[in-house]
This record gives sequence, structure tokens and C-alpha cells, in this order.
Amino acid sequence: MKIKSLAAGVAMAVGASTLSFSVLAADTIKVGVLHSLSGTMAISETTLKDTVLMMIEEQNKKGGLLGKQLEPVVVDPASNWPLFAEKTRELLTQEEVDVIFGCWTSVSRKSVLPVLEELNGLMFYPVQYEGEESSKNVFYTGAAPNQQAIPAVDYLMNELEVERWVLAGTDYVYPRTTNKILEAYLKDKGVAAEDIMINYTPFGHSDWQSIVSDIKKFGGEGKKTAVVSTINGDANVPFYKELGNQGVSSEDIPVVAFSVGEEELSGIDTGPLVGHMAAWNYFQSVDTDLNSEFIQKWHAFTGDENRVTNDPMEATYIGFNMWAQAVTDAGTTDVDEVEQAMIGQEVPNLTGGTAVMNKNHHLSKPVLIGEIQDDGQFEVVWETDGVVAGDAWSDFLPGSKDLLADWTAPVKCGNYNVETKSCGGQAN
Amino acid sequence: MKRLLAICCYCLGLMLSLSATAAEKPLPSELEPLLQELTESSLSKAIPVLDALEAEGGEALQPLFSYMLEGDLYYIKSSRQVIAVSEEAGQETFIDMLSGSEIEPLSSRDIKKIRVNNRLRGHLRDAIARLQLGSESAAVRESAVRSLLSDLDENTLASIREARLNESAGNVKDVMDMALALYRLESAAEASDRIEAIAQLEGSLEGDVRNALNRIADNDPSPQVQQAAQKALVGIEQKVEFYAFIDQLFFGLSLGSVLLLAAIGLAITFGVMGVINMAHGEMIMLGAYTTYVVQLLMPNHIEYSLWVAIPAAFVVSGMAGVLLERLVIRHLHGRPLETLLATFGVSLVLQQLVRTVFSPLNRQVASPEWMSGAWEINPVLSLTLNRLYILAFALLVFFALMLLLKKSSLGLNVRAVSQNRDMAKSMGIPTGRVDALTFGLGSGIAGIAGVALSQLTNVGPNLGQSYIIDSFMVVVFGGVGNLWGTLVAAFSLGIANKFLEPVTGAVLASILVLVFIILFIQKRPKGLFPQKGRAAE
Repeated sequence: MKIKSLAAGVAMAVGASTLSFSVLAADTIKVGVLHSLSGTMAISETTLKDTVLMMIEEQNKKGGLLGKQLEPVVVDPASNWPLFAEKTRELLTQEEVDVIFGCWTSVSRKSVLPVLEELNGLMFYPVQYEGEESSKNVFYTGAAPNQQAIPAVDYLMNELEVERWVLAGTDYVYPRTTNKILEAYLKDKGVAAEDIMINYTPFGHSDWQSIVSDIKKFGGEGKKTAVVSTINGDANVPFYKELGNQGVSSEDIPVVAFSVGEEELSGIDTGPLVGHMAAWNYFQSVDTDLNSEFIQKWHAFTGDENRVTNDPMEATYIGFNMWAQAVTDAGTTDVDEVEQAMIGQEVPNLTGGTAVMNKNHHLSKPVLIGEIQDDGQFEVVWETDGVVAGDAWSDFLPGSKDLLADWTAPVKCGNYNVETKSCGGQAN
Repeated sequence: MKRLLAICCYCLGLMLSLSATAAEKPLPSELEPLLQELTESSLSKAIPVLDALEAEGGEALQPLFSYMLEGDLYYIKSSRQVIAVSEEAGQETFIDMLSGSEIEPLSSRDIKKIRVNNRLRGHLRDAIARLQLGSESAAVRESAVRSLLSDLDENTLASIREARLNESAGNVKDVMDMALALYRLESAAEASDRIEAIAQLEGSLEGDVRNALNRIADNDPSPQVQQAAQKALVGIEQKVEFYAFIDQLFFGLSLGSVLLLAAIGLAITFGVMGVINMAHGEMIMLGAYTTYVVQLLMPNHIEYSLWVAIPAAFVVSGMAGVLLERLVIRHLHGRPLETLLATFGVSLVLQQLVRTVFSPLNRQVASPEWMSGAWEINPVLSLTLNRLYILAFALLVFFALMLLLKKSSLGLNVRAVSQNRDMAKSMGIPTGRVDALTFGLGSGIAGIAGVALSQLTNVGPNLGQSYIIDSFMVVVFGGVGNLWGTLVAAFSLGIANKFLEPVTGAVLASILVLVFIILFIQKRPKGLFPQKGRAAE
């Protein structure tokens, strides 16, 4: 008897919970979060997961969207590139999410792309990347090369009068493409081939002795030299340490990095790095009301006063707010309608000014260059006059010069060839 | 050795001259408007202000410039008073620069930093160097002249000439003469003067001299001067090439010492016991994290933290090793495939454990002062101190382990069990205990390696993974079960890698080394120094 009533109770409870669940499901907008929470990339990506959760919480406090609450669906692709594709499929088919915020490395984005296009999903990608891509289903809120690399090189060339260039990077797609663009750009500006040194190292490289000694030799030949670094996260610490130990100071040979932000600096002693530079669209140290409010919220959300903010977080912030506005404007979460409503959306940057979503699914944002300080923050030493529009296809690569991305009618194409006037004119 | 001592003295001198005493000498009051201007000027406008300050204030401004260079110079927002904030052992002192006296602590909201960028830093360094020409320490004077070599102008030359008259130390005189000759080489109107200057500069390894000679050799109007410069350059280039070779050799030895440290623990667990331990890298990682925890516990004694961390890491990793052996490996004895999979699983568990306890972010392990910097033998050859110490440390660990295995009773037991387990057992050796202790020893040494690696690379959950492949490579190449083989293999792989790297690039160099080892193992499956006799079966 007792058992029977217990069983009945359980059955009822289960029934009630599934019932309430289905009611809940109908009443929420599901937001997929596709960032690695374990493995190599966890170091960078967990922060972005937290950022999305913070934004969702905040939006829900404001009453959600279209009268519905937002419901985060967090999955862990574990820094495993094929798993990114599987998890995307899971998010789109089983969870039926309306939008995904995710990915960090280019290879993970490339692995997700075919799934997104097949199932017509919508993803926001918040990290600086090598460009040469524009998908109908992806919005790129990080910097394209012309919003990070090119302005940084301009700064070095014009303000610091650099004449010799070391392009050092980790051996994968982002540094290789960025360096290809930079090399073409430098040659375009009249830099001789023997004044450019290109060097690639494996992921997580830790023995920088000979490379730093080569850089020292290369820079010791009388011309002002700078290193443009696309070295990926982890390998940076031993690199900068070796520079310090071999006595290469930022005044002799400055290093400007595209992958070193506040988060990466929080794990190291920044003493030897002071004066080296980074180019981003956002620095935590920028003094605006919006930014200090954002930092305060972040500290409150994480419960840790020492957590830093960084550029991909701002990109996530902009992306999320734009999506929320677009959904409100479109009055639905339908991918095709939101995609069209996204174009032209404006959201205030945390660093001042306004970010605008362009027809090629890239943002117009300001570019800042900061010098590393001994407290692990950046001091802004230079910024572009206005905003720079993200360029999906580089003007400095022969294959992609003629390509154009425009997702509005009548073009509606991610790689439209202006010469042949046809869509699908692939680069390379 | 003498050289090393001299460098230490020099460093000490430099530290003393830079570090702040509680109060500074007051500055002349007529500088006040200039100081005001400094707080108001933007980064690009600050240089003329600094020049004016230097011209009016002279030597008295050295502390101000030093503070500014270090980023310790602030101003009070309300009064625009320039102050220095120095921090020692967590204690902040505030000094009013104009009066030179200590003032009441201020909140960070009331003060604002006087910003510096690279250009200003370079400018400040030059200014300090000029002011330091009159310093009491000969070493400071010498480095001051050296740092002025890169941009000599009439002004700087005048101060050097003046200082030269009163200079007593021989080596400082030499550097000053070099500076004078360098200037003469590029500015003298007479060709004979320039040739004389070249003769004076012959054999100098200073980069600025080489660059100047290169320019002269290409562009001088007089062919004789060009020839003289070319001749001088040939001599210099030969020397430079020789030192570059030594440099590369050192890089190779240093990489070898890292490989040795990482592999030597594995040489025991895999080499002697025959256990394929995929969690070896995580033992290294545990050692590195132990260093981090030790530094957390003694934040004011970073200088000594490594001496505490070494035994601590040995114990922590050793205990982890003993546990791993008792709980897992013992039950899988003689089943290499299962052992491999099980230890691989353990390695993942340990990584995730560290992620949960310490966060997935890399942890910051500070380098003690005595391990940073380089031992500058001459302008083209300097050996970085951390690498030098780690090389010595690796050899020390190796020979200590050798001694332990050859001379102690534990060592005797270990060798007996590894050669013939059943026979050893029947002779009354407790093989179970010996297994556990051997595994603990190997893991403990991996922990020590972790302490050393924490000084070179990131301390994070993935630290171990990046060394496990290298470790196996070294042990297999050297010959399983032979510690000498591990030593030779580590150093030869290190040197081969570093001599390949400039030619092929880092990525291809490691591929080539791997391919070489595969081919080598095809030819000699037992490695460089195979074990011979029945024990090998």
C-alpha cells in the first residue's frame, strides 16, 4: 500500500515536472552556449560562457525578449574540434535553440560552419580572426585583420618609425593568413623582402632561446625593428620571459601582439613585459561610464573583484545586445528574419562610440593600441580617429581582392566576385 | 667566476641606485612650473619638458626620472603636486618630489599616474645614463656609456669627453674611448682620422660599432676607409660567428637539460620498472603546482621559495606516485596495454582535478631575482641565468640519482627486482614494497622537474602533456633501463634540435628529430645503449 502510494506520488511528480517543463519550454527562448569548458581552450573560453550567462541573466531581469524568458543551454565541446560540430547539431536539432554564442579558434568555427548552414542556425563569433569568410549564418563580432593587424602595423610604421619586421606566429590558420596579409601589405608599403622575417612555432612552444636570439640579431643591425606577434595564448609567457632574460627591452624591439589580452596577462608576472603592445578594440582600462558599469556587473556576477575583462567579452556583449535588438525589431526569433534585422543594428561600444553591423556580417569598431603596464593592464597610446569597418575579404591578398560579402538583396552572397559578377567566386 | 661576481655587484649597485630610499633630496624650487607642466602634457609633448628639466635640474633629477621610468610617478589630482609612490613588501610610501619628504598616504582615487610610453622610456633611460656618467660606481658609469652608444650626438659627446678627463677606472675609460672613436668614425672630415678611428675600434664586438663599420664599408666616400672598415669587419665577423656557435651549443645543452629533467623520472618508472606511465607528465605538473602553492604560503620570501619547493614537490609527487602504484598499477602487472590505458585515464583525472581546484587558468609562479637576467660575457654572448641554473640542477639530480641506485640498499633492491623479479622475490626482497618505492622515486623526481619547469614555462593543467612525448622519446632513444643512455640521448636530442632550428624552423626541426628517432629505432630497436645479457629479456 505504502509502496503503491509512493509510486503514484512519483508518477505524479514526474508528470507534473514534464508538464511544467513543456510549458516552460514553450515560453522561453533558448540560447545555446558553445564554449569549451575543459581542455586547452578552457582557459579562454570559460570566461565567454560566463559573459553570455551574465547577459542572459540581465536580459531576463529586464523582462526577457518578446515577453519570454531566455533560457541558456550550455554544452562543453571540450576543445575538441569535431565535437564542436556534433554539439552544434545537438543544440540545433535536439535542444532547438534560437541562437548560439560560441567558438574561439578558427578551426572550431570552420568545423561548425557546415552544420550551421545545413540546419540554418544562427551563431555569433566573438573573437578576432583571419577574415576570408562570410557566412549567412554567422555574425563576426571580433576584429577582422583590417581592424587589428593593419592599424597596428600603421602605428608602428608611422609613430615608431619601424623599418624591419619580425612576423612571429603559432603554426595554424589565423597567424598564417594574417601574416600573409601583413607581408603583402608591408611590401605594398615599400618594405624590402630582407627586412621581413617570418617565423612559425608549434602550439605551446616553450623553448624560445634560439628564436629570441635570432630576433635580437635581426634587430641589432641598425634599423628600428618590431615584432608583430600572432603567437597563441600559452606560448606567450615563455616568449616574453625569454625576451626579458636576453635583455631585449620594449624600447629596443617592441612586440605588438594580437592574441594577448588582460586575461592572458592575469596569469603571469608582467614586469618584463612593460611597454610591449597589443592591438584590440577594447581594453579594460578605458575610462568610460559604460565600461566601469560593465566591469562592476562582471565582478558582481563572478563574485571576484580581481576578474579582468577583455576584448572577446566586449565582442560577446555587443553581439548579444545586437541580437536582442534584432529579435525585438523582427518580433520573432526566426533565423532568416533576425538575420535581416541584424544588419544596420547599432549598439554602444564599451569604449565609447557605436558599433554598427555591416552588410557583410562584420562590425564597424574603433581600434586601440595599448602598452602593457606592470599591473597587467593596458595603457592606450593610440587609437583610430573613427570606427573601422570590418573587411571580410582582405584587399591585400590576390585571391580575395575582388570578393565582396553582402547579405542584403539583391546580392545576398558571402563571396560575390565583383569582376565576374557572380556569387561563389571562391578565394584561393 | 670573477665575472659573475662582478655582475652581481653591478646588479646590486644598479638596484641600490634605482630603489627608493624613504626620502629623496629636495629639488630646486624653480623647477616647480616645469613639474606642473609635466602633469599636464600629453605623451607626445612630454619630451621637451623632460629636456628642460634635465637642463635646469641636472643630477638632482635622477630619482624623478627613475621613478617615472618605473611607472611610479603620480600627481595629486587637486593640487597637481608630483609625487612618487614606491612599494616595498606591501607597504606603500608616498614622497613629494619637490620637497623630497614623505607625505601622508593618499587614496588611489586622489592621484593619477604620469603616463609613460616606449618613446619616453627610451628618452628617460638616455637621460638617466647621461646623469649617471658622474656616478660613484664604475659599473654604473660603464653601463651608462654603453647605453649611450646607440645615439651619440654632440651634446652627449661633450658630457662623455668631460667625464673622460676625471675617469680613473680603466675599463670605463676603454668604453668611453670607444664611444669617442665611434663618433669620430662617423663625423670626422679627414679620411685619415676615420681610418685611425677604425683601427681603434678593431675587434670590438659592440653591435653599434659593427653597424657603424657596416655603414662605412658601404658608403664612405674614400675607398681606403672603405677597405679599412671591411678588413676590420672580417675580423669582427669571425669572432661573432664563433660566439654564435657557443651560444647555439648552450641553447642545445639547455634544451637537453630540460629533456633530461623531464625524462629522468620516466627512465626509472618506464626504463627500470617497465611500466608505461602516461601520467608521468602529470607528476611533473603536480611538482609545478607545488611550487605555486609554496610561493602562496611564503609571499615575502620568494627568493628562497624554490629551496622549499624542491623537497615539497618531491614528497607530493612521490606520494602521488606511490598511491598510483598501490591502487592501480600493481593490479595490472605484466599487462602493458591495460597499464597504458589506466595511467592515461589517471592523467586525465589529475588534469581535471587541477582544473577544478586551481581553475583552468595558468598560475603565476614568480622567478626569484637571482634567476632572472643573463650572464653577459661579451656584447654578443650572454647566457641566461635561469637556463644556466637549470642545466646545473639537471646534472646534479642525475648524479644524485645515479649514486642512489648504485650505492644504497634501495638501489640494490631496485636493480635486483628490475633484473629478475622472481629470483629477487625468492631471495627475500619484498618486491611489492620495492615496486612502490621505485615508482615513488621516479614520480618524486618528476615533481622536482616540475619545480624547474615552473621557471621556464606556464604552470597550467596542460603542462604535463607537453612533456610526456619528449620524455618517452628520450628514454626510448637512450635505451630502456639505462640512465647514462637517458643523459646522452637528452643532450644529443637537445643539441640536434637547436642546430636544426635556425635552418628549418621550429616546427620542422621537431619533426625531423622525430623522424630520425623512428629510423634509428628501426635500426637499433633497443636504443643507444641497450641492456645486455639475460637481464634484458
